[in-house]
Amino acid sequence: MKKVFSRPKSMKDAEFHYCPGCGHSIIHRLIAEVIDELGIQEKVIGIPPAGCAVLAYNYLDVDMGEAPHGRGAAVATGIKRALPDSIVFSYQGDGDIAAIGTAETIHAANRGELFTTIFVNNGVYGMTGGQMAPTTLVGQSSTTTPGGRKSERDGFPIDLSEMLAIANGSVYIERTSVHSPKHIIHTKKAIKKAFKVQMAGLGFSLVEVLSPCPTNWKMSPVRANELVDSTIIKYFPLKVIKDEVGKL
Amino acid sequence: MSEKKLLRGSHTIAEAAVRAGCRFYFGYPITPQNELTEYMSSALASVPGGVFIQSESELAAINMVIGVSMTGKRVMTSSSSPGISLKQEGISYLAGQELPAVIVNTMRGGPGLGNIAPAQGDYFQATKGGGHGDYRIIVLAPGSGQELADFTKLAFEYADKYRIPVMILGDGMMGQMMEPVEFPDPIDIDSLTPKPWVLGGAKGRASRIIKSLVLDTAAMEEHNWKLHRKHQMIEREIPQVETFLTDDARMAIVAYGTASRIAKGAIKKLRGIGLKVGLIRPKTLWPFPERFFVEMSRVMSDFLVFEMSTGQMVEDVKLSLEGRGRVHFHGRPGGVVPTPDEIAKVITTIYYKEKLDKGN
Repeated sequence: MKKVFSRPKSMKDAEFHYCPGCGHSIIHRLIAEVIDELGIQEKVIGIPPAGCAVLAYNYLDVDMGEAPHGRGAAVATGIKRALPDSIVFSYQGDGDIAAIGTAETIHAANRGELFTTIFVNNGVYGMTGGQMAPTTLVGQSSTTTPGGRKSERDGFPIDLSEMLAIANGSVYIERTSVHSPKHIIHTKKAIKKAFKVQMAGLGFSLVEVLSPCPTNWKMSPVRANELVDSTIIKYFPLKVIKDEVGKL
Repeated sequence: MSEKKLLRGSHTIAEAAVRAGCRFYFGYPITPQNELTEYMSSALASVPGGVFIQSESELAAINMVIGVSMTGKRVMTSSSSPGISLKQEGISYLAGQELPAVIVNTMRGGPGLGNIAPAQGDYFQATKGGGHGDYRIIVLAPGSGQELADFTKLAFEYADKYRIPVMILGDGMMGQMMEPVEFPDPIDIDSLTPKPWVLGGAKGRASRIIKSLVLDTAAMEEHNWKLHRKHQMIEREIPQVETFLTDDARMAIVAYGTASRIAKGAIKKLRGIGLKVGLIRPKTLWPFPERFFVEMSRVMSDFLVFEMSTGQMVEDVKLSLEGRGRVHFHGRPGGVVPTPDEIAKVITTIYYKEKLDKGN
């Protein structure tokens, strides 16, 4: 019998701890597939965030070093500057990268640091139990915005990727999603391109991935994916935000 | 061949770091230690593999340090009091992840923004952990230009040996004062023992994780005990003190760094008029040289702790002596640097009040 589907070489033989319908497990697998396809497993160093995905190192079979909450871009800068031939990526959630770690991220992008960031945007603080994130939509309920986010009190959802695109050191920034098979396939292409940008030494690369969090959105996985499609992509449009590299 | 140079303290630390194989430095401007950062910017530009980044914040700097340390290379950051507060998050992570690093604190007056004058108000922060969690870092207190050079080299060696952050605790005076220094020859970086735990890509080995997250409480407890055993080993192995004229002394002035220099001046003067006083200068603030104080209590009855603070190290002196001597204190916080004459007056007052002149 022909084997048509198996675990990527860059994934450990471990069961995910993620909730049903969570986007993290899909995104982890896409990263592992890309690492396999590029043949870079022996050169990759990953940096997990604080949050549900801190345990990424339980699943990805590459060297990984934990950063304090939000400091992924600074830790990645240190690793990549020390080992320029390694392939470094930070994996960060919306609270991690767009709230507590905004400064580190913007300045790493502005310096054109040669690492890749996978920015998982699910609009909520997942591990701490569903508080408002910098990317929570106006009107969206969370445990700290019980009546829904109010812009006059809580500000607006932040367009971090667009902000990073302004930085002269960033060369490739794209927003994708994993709410449908079509979008998953495209997300993998974007992640692959981001790693290739780094390998070619062209500049800072980032893929923002819209990801469902059914548990904290308090809805079924199916409904959560529908919400991404019907509502979230209207505020966070799926598009290439910056591409100064073209085809690789 | 070693060579003698006349350098200000901040430059001495920077030069010694490069000679100790430090090729990575990250820092953010803050007075009174900008000369260190500036020196590193040019020094690292002229050595192969040197990397200097003026970071966007102290937080970013210490986290860049974490990244480099994960790869096993020697790395340093420096700042002054308010900036060191910002670095405490990263120092806790370095301690938890058992990563070596050298951090220089050129202390200034505080709290808050304080001022830019020399002070010693960060003793508690440096020696009692500083950040969150149950940990210690090695704290070295140089007392001269030469020691700034020697301790910088030692700091990198201790950091690597014990896999622990090491702080060089100076002050604005130490950083600015120019003194002649004999530097050791630059080390050959390739001669350093390879570290078996570093990240660098899982080539020909299993993948590695460097982390401080330990969700299982039993495992977290064991990690804390492991760190504790390491701390105990360091407490046995590295405490250092300098003594000056203590053999026949009835009272010792206990001081470190700039305060010890001032105290020494006062002691020399008072010896001239027959007061039997000496100096005890802890060179390691953590581990604090506790056993040494017990030994000294057999020789003398009185200890006058002098700090450029309202009294921080004095607590460790009391804890070390456990009632074996009278402990007095004189402090000048806020960036005031008293003269040897002022300290001499304080010593004299206590000396006669305790009737130390009446002994045999």
